[in-house]
Amino acid sequence: MFNWLRDHGVIERNLILMGVLTLITVSIGGLVQIVPLFAVETTIERVSGVRPYTPLEQAGRDIYVREGCYLCHSQMIRPFRDELERYGHYSLAAESMYDHPFQWGSKRTGPDLARVGGRYSDDWHAAHLRSPRAVVPASVMPPYAFLDRPLDARDIQDRMRALRVTGVPYTDDMIANAAADLRAQASPDVDASGFQGRYARARQGAFDGDPGVVTEMDALVAYLQMLGTLVDFRDVTPAQLRQQP
Amino acid sequence: MAAATATAALAPGQASGVREVGYVEAPIRAFAVITAFWGVVGFLAGVVIASQLAFPLLNLDLEWTTFGRLRPLHTSAVIFAFGGNALLGTSLYVVQRTCRARLFGGEEAGWFLFWGYNFFIVMAALGYVLGITQGKEYAEPEWYVDLWLTFVWVAYLIIFGGTIIKREEPHIYVANWFYLAFIITIAMLHIGNNISIPVSLGSSQSYSAPAGVQGAMIQWWYGHNAVGFFLTAGFLAMMYYFIPKQANRPVYSYRLSIVHFWTLIFLYIWAGPHHLHYTALPDWAQVLGMVFSVMLWMPSWGGMINGLMTLSGAWDKLRTNAALRFSVTAVGFYGMSTFEGPVMSIRAVNGLSHYTDWTIGHVHSGAMGWVGFITFGALYYLFPALWKKKGVWSEKLIAWHFWLATLGIVFYITAMWVSGIMQGLMWRAYDELGFLQYSFVETVEAMHPYYVIRMLGGVLYLSGMLIMAFNLWKTVTSSEAAEPEPVPSSAIAVAAE
Repeated sequence: MFNWLRDHGVIERNLILMGVLTLITVSIGGLVQIVPLFAVETTIERVSGVRPYTPLEQAGRDIYVREGCYLCHSQMIRPFRDELERYGHYSLAAESMYDHPFQWGSKRTGPDLARVGGRYSDDWHAAHLRSPRAVVPASVMPPYAFLDRPLDARDIQDRMRALRVTGVPYTDDMIANAAADLRAQASPDVDASGFQGRYARARQGAFDGDPGVVTEMDALVAYLQMLGTLVDFRDVTPAQLRQQP
Repeated sequence: MAAATATAALAPGQASGVREVGYVEAPIRAFAVITAFWGVVGFLAGVVIASQLAFPLLNLDLEWTTFGRLRPLHTSAVIFAFGGNALLGTSLYVVQRTCRARLFGGEEAGWFLFWGYNFFIVMAALGYVLGITQGKEYAEPEWYVDLWLTFVWVAYLIIFGGTIIKREEPHIYVANWFYLAFIITIAMLHIGNNISIPVSLGSSQSYSAPAGVQGAMIQWWYGHNAVGFFLTAGFLAMMYYFIPKQANRPVYSYRLSIVHFWTLIFLYIWAGPHHLHYTALPDWAQVLGMVFSVMLWMPSWGGMINGLMTLSGAWDKLRTNAALRFSVTAVGFYGMSTFEGPVMSIRAVNGLSHYTDWTIGHVHSGAMGWVGFITFGALYYLFPALWKKKGVWSEKLIAWHFWLATLGIVFYITAMWVSGIMQGLMWRAYDELGFLQYSFVETVEAMHPYYVIRMLGGVLYLSGMLIMAFNLWKTVTSSEAAEPEPVPSSAIAVAAE
């Protein structure tokens, strides 16, 4: 008869057997949960409007990641009545499909930022980042005045190429014009029809209030100001939002 | 050379070879010391960032000292530096004794692990302060640091496994199952979650290969199982060795150990999606995560029972052995947080608790209560054992440490329960006209007193740690040598059912 204590003795005496069985045991759950997310097409909702970040927005996003903003701010609105009223439509998987890495976050020491784009003025953002308590007295956010320094984006093309390897559809045209597009977005008076053609709905602006130098502040505010603005929910049908096949 | 003598001294069936094996000890002493050192650093970093949330001026207006850069420093210092060094050090200690074999690779292998692993820690920490991060919680180190850790980890597996292969004991002791599962699974998770494309070979920056929803699922498959295998399986291995040793009793049930081991490692890996309830992760994955998280309660408590019941007939030792008190209380906290966890993984509960301090409190009851206390218990056991002293310098100071730390945890987790549940309720509160009752910043203001209480809890916990560091230092430098170690007939404390 089957004697599981005796049979387990076999495993206990054989390191390789125990190691292999352990590896199999711990692999199953992850495979079942992860693989279908790549295979089932409707995991990413079929909505239109989501595009890769502009060079300036991506540089801003890199600063967002560098400063660990995700440790206090989520970018993931849940389908609750209060979150709808406070932040807007619940977040879609499609809206972070070009986010390497995702920044959904796990803690709201500060509010969710998934749709913060367009809610405040550029000036408000710059002032708030420089000195949060000057704008919101009860805030516990650290000050980020040091972002008023020139943005170092000399490797922006390398960054976009690396992102293209991960699957972001940057075209050769986008990469070739990266440096010019980056400058154009931060300079409101420059004619940027080429830039507008490459990145739909991208907004030009003197994000930090000074059109002269492109600063880290410019980049971060440009990123914050586009968050959650790409999908126009007036065009979205319930069928498009269904994630199951 | 030394290995040759060891084998010669251990003819089959000869049970008296413990001293002759010539266990590798010097690197393990280094691991023990640096565990205490990183404990002080990690807890101090925790107190600093807790203070920043209560008093934001403490961000100091410098880019290197903002909460966003110091928070990964705290979590990594505690999990990977304090916890990791405790795991590596104890595993090398335990595997030699339970296998009655000298460490595979000898002293040099031990020293390589010590320096290699701590180089990883320092590189990662420097990066955080300078803003070099992957931006994924508990997986912040960038690609070049990850590659180095992969190399060290493979060496660790070889050294640990090699020692088991040349063992003199027929069976692999249960503590080693857990250490082995910890090493294998962490390797899988670390590689799986850190696949990324460097911007260039000369750049410290990289982009994670998966994006958005897939990236989130992989991250929390990693993140929750860093809890499951780094902070649980590895420390359960410590429980399975040090509690029987301290209580001088065999493990309560061998049968339960087997069930505990396989069910725990099978179920844990599924629990990740409970970090993503109500997000853009498809519902089927969320439901799987919830169901498995609730099931996980059973093996967790099975392990707790196995640890606690090991004390049957020896409960009186809690009165006299202050170090054992730490180990046993640790198992109690383990039971508490592994009950709280499944509750919080239920979607309806998670809707309230997610994004709030409740999660932070839950993590800390596990980290401070379970991981911290089981490590303290092990260190109080290891220092006299490794430096051949009669005992820890002062039992009284261990008692002080115990009560300060326990009080600190109570302050911490109660403050976070209150602030977390309160904030969750305030977010969803409506006034009589059907408008949201509180603006976000009003909920931030309401957190202030609890952040102060939490900070005080951290200060208490840190002061306990400082007392411990002093006590261990006195233990090492005191002149009271131990009597020669009695030679046990078997190094293994397995229950013979």
